[in-house]
Amino acid sequence: MVDLSVRIAGVEFPNPVIAASGTYGNGECYTDLYPLSKLGGISCKGMTIEPKLGNPPPRIAETYSGILNSVGLQNIGVHGFIEYYLPTLKEEGNVIIANVAGAVIDDYIAAAEALDETDVDMIELNISCPNVKQGGASWGVSCEGAGSVTSAVRRATKKPLIVKLTPNVTDITEIAKAVEAEGADCISLINTLLGMRIDINSHRPILKNNTGGLSGPAVFPVAVRMVYQCYKAVNIPIIGMGGISVWEDAIEMMLAGATAIQMGTAIFNDPYSPLKVIEGIEEYMDRNNIKSLTEIIGQVKPW
Amino acid sequence: MSYFCGKYPIIERKTLAKGIYSMIVDAPELAEEAQAGQFANIGVQGFTLRRPISICEIDKENGTLRFVFEVRGKGTAALSRLVEGESLDILGPLGNGFRIPEGKKIIVVGGGIGTPPMLEIARQTTSLCTAILGFRDYSRIILKDEYEELCAKTVLCTDDGSVGIHGMVTAPLAENLKTGDYSLVCACGPEPMLKAVIKTCEENNVPCQVSLEQRMGCGVGACVVCSCMTVRNGKEFYSRVCKDGPVFNAEEVRFGG
Repeated sequence: MVDLSVRIAGVEFPNPVIAASGTYGNGECYTDLYPLSKLGGISCKGMTIEPKLGNPPPRIAETYSGILNSVGLQNIGVHGFIEYYLPTLKEEGNVIIANVAGAVIDDYIAAAEALDETDVDMIELNISCPNVKQGGASWGVSCEGAGSVTSAVRRATKKPLIVKLTPNVTDITEIAKAVEAEGADCISLINTLLGMRIDINSHRPILKNNTGGLSGPAVFPVAVRMVYQCYKAVNIPIIGMGGISVWEDAIEMMLAGATAIQMGTAIFNDPYSPLKVIEGIEEYMDRNNIKSLTEIIGQVKPW
Repeated sequence: MSYFCGKYPIIERKTLAKGIYSMIVDAPELAEEAQAGQFANIGVQGFTLRRPISICEIDKENGTLRFVFEVRGKGTAALSRLVEGESLDILGPLGNGFRIPEGKKIIVVGGGIGTPPMLEIARQTTSLCTAILGFRDYSRIILKDEYEELCAKTVLCTDDGSVGIHGMVTAPLAENLKTGDYSLVCACGPEPMLKAVIKTCEENNVPCQVSLEQRMGCGVGACVVCSCMTVRNGKEFYSRVCKDGPVFNAEEVRFGG
């Protein structure tokens, strides 16, 4: 019997597959097909201290092997999340991760403080949303910005702290090191890559926001490379994401250095894909006589 | 209401007009749950996103669903090439359908590829239903015979006047609303048509439900990309076309938001 569980910052995940923020609502949308408890965890829809309207539509465009989105953090606010979604999430899910975003540092602090005494297991600091004018990824593109938000939130909460990094930077390892130094317990990467598509007939961008974040299989090799680089640069665990759609991708991501993985865009195509990935990982471990996933994490043998 | 995800065999495929296809699938559990105005998010091999396609007919007795769709791009083109014996990869039935009062006269208004989702309402309301259908020209007319067979009255309009009334659906709509005691108008079609239909209904003080379209992701309310501006209790906010719609009460919809 293989052991699929992984441990991050003292939190035990029954399996390493987590639904990525923004792709799984707050756990309520797929329960017609299977219970939330099948997943190792869920990173909830990115939340801000005040409710947020989001960007005007269209907010999605298909690309080769992926999608662009420009939702812009539409959410009901931290307090709405705590009141309406958290009780059910706690009852039905495994690890509950609150993904927190903000425009200014005080927003992040207020949200973290509001969540500190709740049942969420971890906080994922979103300093990488490419679709908001204020805050979002602007915090995540410099070591100073990333470090200062991490440091402030670290002081505001005792919850284990994941910092979600943007790939839209010159050197992601510098940002990773900066947030580690300020007290991050874990880093998750990658958020979406900034992209754009244009309608050749109207000459208009397809997204009303003009640009959006690219996700899906198209970004997978970029994500693997960045996880690999960060694994070598920091000593805290990594949650790898970006285009994972089949179990082979998950294993690849773990070999690059991820302790757990998140899936998002693949779920739109096949809502059962996270379960198929869990099953595939289990069979792979069984076939290769791997008792614990720690045996493969970061075990790529570079040339 | 619950939805399913799986592959369901195509038992009939027809071409209705150039680039417009009809497919009937054997899907008993979906047919049991489905309501008029709901849709399915249909997977296409080789494409990241599923294609949202409205349900045209629900046959609970035979356990089948009918979809009628137009080829809009490479994804729907690939979908159109599927044949009888192959399967549709269906996530559905999804969203909120039309809320049809029992035993009351209604009007359904369909424009172009907005006509298929109204057919199931016609099936359910038959002699209480008046259908007003608009098409670009005679070559784009679909489902005319079905509507004519089911409804008390079917009015055709074309933009070029090649068949039926020359012009928008709103003229016959206004005329019918003035002369008959209709309790509801249900509409699906392009945005300019929906705006005009809503205005006509307001002028005649008849409630209206509209089915909206938006570029969609998950189809089940998780990703929040298919938003449309709505207003309730004086407050404006984005609703999800997939989960809160696709059918909305007309007074809640704010176009261009």
